[in-house]
Formats: sequence, C-alpha cells, structure tokens
Amino acid sequence: MPIKYVFMKRVLGALLLCLPLSAQAVLAIQHWQTAHGARVVFVESHELPMLDVAVDFPAGSARDPVGKSGLARLTHGLLDQGAGGVSDTVIAHRLADVGALLSGRFDRDRAGVTLRTLSSAVEKNKALDVLAQVLQRPDFPQAVVKREQQRLIASIREAEADPGEVASKAFYRALYGAHPYAQDEAGDPAAIARLARDDLQAFYRTHYSAPNAVISLMGDITRAEAEAIAVRLSAGLPRGAPLPALPKPAPTTASDTRIAHPSSQSHVLVGAVGMARNDPDFFPLFVGNYVLGGGGFDSQLMREVRDKRGYAYSAYSYFLPMKEAGPFQLGLQTKLEQTGDALKVAQDTLRKFIADGPSEAELNQAKSNLTGGFPLRIDSNRKILDYLAIIGFYKLPLDYLDTWIDRVDAVDVVAVKQAFARRIDPDALVTVVVGAGRAR
Amino acid sequence: MRSLWAIGLALLLGSAQATLTDVKLDNGMRVIVKEDRRAPVMVSQVWYRAGSMDEFNGTTGVAHVLEHMMFKGTQSVPPGEFSKRIAAAGGRENAFTSRDYTAYFQQMQKDRLELSMQLEADRMAHLVISDELFAKEVQVVMEERRLRTDDQPQSVVYERLMATAYQVHPYRRPVIGWMDDLQNMTAQDARDWYSRWYAPNNAILVVAGDVKADEVIALAKKHFGPLPARALPERKPQTEPAQIGEKRIVVKAPAQVPYLLMAWHAPALKDWEKDAEPYALQILAGVLSGNDSARLQKSLVKTQQIAVNASAGYDAVARGPILFMIDATPSAGKSVAALEKAIRAEISRIQREGISEAELARVKAQVIAADVYQRDSLFYQAMQLGDYAIAGLPPAALAGRVDKLRAVTAAEVQAVAKKWLQDERLSVAELDPQPLNAQVRRAAVPGVRHAN
Repeated sequence: MPIKYVFMKRVLGALLLCLPLSAQAVLAIQHWQTAHGARVVFVESHELPMLDVAVDFPAGSARDPVGKSGLARLTHGLLDQGAGGVSDTVIAHRLADVGALLSGRFDRDRAGVTLRTLSSAVEKNKALDVLAQVLQRPDFPQAVVKREQQRLIASIREAEADPGEVASKAFYRALYGAHPYAQDEAGDPAAIARLARDDLQAFYRTHYSAPNAVISLMGDITRAEAEAIAVRLSAGLPRGAPLPALPKPAPTTASDTRIAHPSSQSHVLVGAVGMARNDPDFFPLFVGNYVLGGGGFDSQLMREVRDKRGYAYSAYSYFLPMKEAGPFQLGLQTKLEQTGDALKVAQDTLRKFIADGPSEAELNQAKSNLTGGFPLRIDSNRKILDYLAIIGFYKLPLDYLDTWIDRVDAVDVVAVKQAFARRIDPDALVTVVVGAGRAR
Repeated sequence: MRSLWAIGLALLLGSAQATLTDVKLDNGMRVIVKEDRRAPVMVSQVWYRAGSMDEFNGTTGVAHVLEHMMFKGTQSVPPGEFSKRIAAAGGRENAFTSRDYTAYFQQMQKDRLELSMQLEADRMAHLVISDELFAKEVQVVMEERRLRTDDQPQSVVYERLMATAYQVHPYRRPVIGWMDDLQNMTAQDARDWYSRWYAPNNAILVVAGDVKADEVIALAKKHFGPLPARALPERKPQTEPAQIGEKRIVVKAPAQVPYLLMAWHAPALKDWEKDAEPYALQILAGVLSGNDSARLQKSLVKTQQIAVNASAGYDAVARGPILFMIDATPSAGKSVAALEKAIRAEISRIQREGISEAELARVKAQVIAADVYQRDSLFYQAMQLGDYAIAGLPPAALAGRVDKLRAVTAAEVQAVAKKWLQDERLSVAELDPQPLNAQVRRAAVPGVRHAN
C-alpha cells in the first residue's frame, strides 16, 4: 500500500538479483546433515535476541509437471493455510501472538519458508512449532485450495496490466523454449484452474522431503540447540528420495518478440542463456557485468542509455545464476517513440563490450567497488541468512565466503573477454519488446 | 562557529544499550549519531527539510528533479564523479525524495565516512546545474514517471486520490510531479529550488554504525561547519480545511482487475507525549490487517472471499496532515461496490463492538518484536531517526514509541475508529479497468517469434 511514495534516483531491484557471497570479517559457517538427510547451514550470533530460519526445497516452478504450470506455486502457497488440523486463521494468530514473522519465497529453482522470531524460549518454541507444522503436515483443505486458486489467478491477471511483467514472462518463454525455466513462476491460469487437491498432495510428498531440504539457521542459539531444531524441522518431513537434476537448457536461438500493450513506455529485454550457480566462469562474468550493466552509474549501459541520452530511468544487465544456466538479461524502459533508438544503443553497447571487453581502469573500478563493499554484504542477520541458504541450496563450498575477495581480485580483462565470448553470441540474442503499438 | 551545544542522550533500547548523540553545529546543521558496532560499516544520510510539499504549482516535481541533479557535478567535482568516488571506495549510495524531505545516503566501511562527508558538504553549497545536463536528466525523470506512475494503474489511482482527498494542502500533488510541469520545467527552476532550501540550517546529518560520536561530530564540523547558514523562506501552513462530505472518483485505466482505495483524514503525531489518538490509530491498523488473519484478511479474503487482497495503513509521522487508508482488490466476479460495503461493515463492527483483548495483545506483541527485528538493519534505524527529525519529533518520541503503543486500550481503539473513520472525512477511488487493447493482444500474447 503506497502510504509514503518515495522516488529514487535509480532502480535497485535489478542490481540485487545476482547475490555474490563474500567474507572478510570471518563468518564461521557450520554445516552438517540430519539423520533424515536434510542439509543444515548455521551461523551462531548472540548480538540480537532473535533467530532467523529458512527451510528451502527444490520445489520451484521448474518442477511443475507438464500441463500443470502453477502447481509448485499453489502448493507452496497452501503450506501455512491449514496444517495439522489447525486452520489458517489459528496459524496466523499463533505466530502473531508471539511476534513471529513467517514468509514464503519462491522462484524457478526454490520454494522456501522463512521464520523470524524472538529468541526468548517461549516465543521461539511456539514459533518453531508452527513452522514444523506447516512444513510437515499441510492439510491442503479443499475449500482453501479453491480460494487460493482464485487468488493466484487474480494476481496473474493483475500483472497483465504491467508491461514489465509481460515482458519478463515473454523473455523466459523465448529464451528457454521447451525447458522448464520457460514457464512462468506463478503458472498458467487455465492450468491452475484445473488443479485438484490430489495434485498438491502428490507434489508436496515428492518435493518437500527431508533429503531435499536445506535448513539455514542464523542467530541467537547454540550449536546444540541448532542441531535439535534441525532434527525437529526435518524429522517429520516426507521420506522421499532426492530429486533428479533438471535438464540442461539448449543454447540460445535468436528471436524477436513484439507484444502490443497500451503502456506509455516500451519495456525492452535482450538476453541469452547465461550461467549456472556453479559455473567456472562465475567470477569473470559477475565482475565483467559490473562494467557492462551491473554497476549502476559505474556501468556502460547506464552511461550510454541514461546519462548521455536521457532515454531511460533504468538500464541494466545481470546474470542470474541458477541451478542450471540462468538468464543473462539486459533491460531498459523508454517512451514508445524512441524504442528503436534506445534498443540500438543498448545492442551496440553490448556488442562493443563483447568485442573489446572492459578497459583496465573500468575493471579496476569494478573490483574496488566489489571488494571494498564486501562488508556491506554480510552486515545483518537477514543478509547472512540469505547467503547461508544459497550456499546450502546450491552446494557451494563452505570456504566460498573466505575466498570471494581473492577470486574477484583475480579476474583480469582477458578472463572477462573470454568468458563473455564463450557465453554471449551477439548474433544469437533473444529480444522482447512490450509496448509497441502493434504486434510485428 | 566551531562550538556546539549538545544534548547527550543515552537511550535504552531493549537489552542492548545504543548511544544516541544529537547536536547542532553553529551554522544550524543538526547532527544525529547512533553507535552500533555489530558490523564494521556505517550509513551516512543527509536529510533536507524540503520535499514536494514545499513546491509551488507549475513546478511540481522540482524537489525530486533537483535530487537527480545533485549527482551532476559541482565546481570542483565533475559530473558523474560523485558516484564514481563512492563506488571506488566500495560504497553504495542513492537518494530519495518524499512529500516531506529529500535525503541522500552512502553506506560504506566505517573508515570511509570522511569521503562521504566531504562530497556531501561540497554539493550542499557548490552544485552546478548546467542547461545541457538538466535537459537530459529531466527526460530521465519523465521516464521514471511513466515507469512508476503512468503505466501502473494502482499508482494512478493513488495519485488521483491524493489530488482529491486534499483540496488545499500541497500533499495533493504527486512527489514525482505532474507530467506537464516536468515538460515545462527549466534548469532555472532547479537552481531556484537549490538556492532556496539547500543550506546547513535546513539539513540534518544522520550517521549510524560502527563509529564514535565525537569523531563523527569533529568530521561534521570540519566539512559542514564552514558552510554559512542562510535565511530560509517562510513556510505557510496551508492548513487543509476540514472535509465536509464524502468524495468519490473513478479512474479508468488499462487493467485486468479493479481496485479500491479508501482514505480518511486522520491526526498525525505532533506532541508525542500528550497525543493519544495516533497510537490508537496505529493499533487499529494492526487489528485490521497486521497479520494474515487479521480482520480484513479473515473476513473479506478468507471467509466471504469477496477480496483477493485487503490491507489498512496509517503512518503517524509526517510534517503535514495525514490519512488512514484501506485498499483492496475484489475477487473475480465481485463488484467494487460490494467490496466497499463489506469493508464498511468491518469498520462499523469495530465502531459498535470494539476489539477483543486478544486482538489488542496480538498487535502489541508484534510491535514489541518488530522493535527488536528492526535493529537488524542499520539503514532502517537511520531512516527512522531522520524521519522523526524531519517531522519535528524528538528522538525521545522514537524511543518512547513502544511504551506508548503498549499503553493503548481497547476502548481507545474503538473511540478512534468511531471518531475518525466517518464518511464526511472519506475519499474513495475506484479503478475501472479498461481493455488492454484486446484485439492486438490476442495475436501477440503467445509470443510472435521471428528467427533473425
């Protein structure tokens, strides 16, 4: 609800998607596996009287069965809407009564639940009880399933008015073709309308099993207590087996999609299949992209599209590293009549960057920002929890944080050029423009 | 000039002792420091008491345009260089403009505070606004307006409702400015704004993090101290006359789903010790929508299923007159009129029967926990300090907030619901969805793919 409208100098959202991990102020990460096979990642910190917990599963939209696009999202949304015979209302009240916050997070790879609670015994225990219940005993009540189906469909319909949302969905469809990443995270309204309670239960049993769970804990508890909590959260999960890997995305095929929309701006997206989380080129691509379009006003795209020409408020690029190769995306929004000019500037900037790479000076600037800004990446419990969850889910090495600065520093111009040349073929890009007056 | 008067203020926040220092430099600039040593970082914010409410008709949006121009160079720092230097030092920076203020911030390692102060002090007094860079940047701002308002139907509803609920007070104007004003804005408008409001005696520096207050103050004296105070223009109150009857508007915009926004004039927090109603109104908002099964969610979304979303909002901290708001999206096949009726029924129920002790306790438990949780974010802590200071509230109001909320009774909540949620103070806006160009859309939606 827009109580206080605040306008800012630049858009932050796109810059935050590519979460790098780093550590200089040593973060003592502990890691173990529960008897039921759940992986646990834990950092002990007693500075604030609170505890953050995340439990993640490979149950994102890429796991939607064929013809059931939206099943993963709906299943995730139902977890806390009735569990263990306790109604959605009672669950919400029990949490609020102890000041606890239960939230969900959902993307193509992951479906997760996070809990923030005070660490005082009574509050913490009540909050953890609710968390265990919604993870282990969701009821999927028939009437609630129907209600949430309607709400999910309504939210998808509402997003159709937003040209940015329309563009993003079209971009994934064009980029991934038959791969599961092509499907929208929220799903397809027609498929959602057909889903039944049995579908949700079956999806839950297969995907929300202990061997698939990653439990991240951050805050005011001891190791012994963390172990006990991990057991409590994992013991009652379904016993299923680890899920098979997702298929590899096919290389990018050039395409050009134009979608009419009654908006005053065109939303322009250009991209290619990028990199997976464990890609050996992660650092050259990440650091190089700072220069291209990840570094805000330090980036070439911002300079060319916004500063020099006033074409757009936001112009950016990012790699979104996923379980399998996630997208490389370049984006901008501009008034309809200058769409072609802005798109050309962005394409030229990208093409030139792939051909020439960054200058020494630009790369040094990128490295000093990334390494010098490292402490800001782990300056709160919330941020650390998010990093723990990524390390756990994507099976990154535990010393990942300790080596991060060195690996950023080790990137040179040649490495960036070679990595971009391997990943991005400027003649095989996907282009999506939403907002043009008429479909082409 | 270099001396300062200080109120050393040690506030007990929860179990941890956080020291707050609040001083004023000789030139009138206020400096607030909050020491918090959890991480070796700091955030530094410069707040100007100049927001869109200080603008005049014809140049709406100039506060925000000037915010953009503040990154475009000074007599000694070339355009683009500000951001470049902060970035090179590993910093993150940005700025934001609201109805009440314009604020600039940097987040960096703790030992880099001086760089941010040096650059901020420089652009407080020596900004250069060239015609050429202004012309480019105002285009960027128009794109920002298209992106964040014109192409977002719910934002348009909000903008038009503000212009309706307020008849006189400048809160009726959008922060980003009307498009026509942006199109006709000149570099001189931005220069005038800058010379009117950018002075140390209209600014507040807030620094939070792993810093020592005396060192921060010494740096502030060194960099901001030499800047002379300037006479500020008189601010007219522009008091909003009492609303004397319900107002209604319909907003037609391309969309798939309708939307309803209701706003009642309500009191802001002015005297934090004596005022009682703002605290009761905040509890009321929590009772209505503070959790996933608060009244609006439980009744409208879960039981009646007349809405897919509904929430209430009230923020008591502001320079001007404020609103208590409820917004909601109807379920498929339900009308906005029926939804409004259901919302009104929930309000009357509270006005008639009051709230339960369990609901009251629940909201208070959330307030107490949230007070702990927000200590996880340095940035948020600094934001709150600045927000209160801009609204003219002392740091004690922030420290005393939780106790004030805990003291609210169920009877007080019922009383404010009765007194303030009255039709004659209400403005209602409805989004009437227009087709998203149905004919062209059908052909295009599946994605017309062309191989190159």
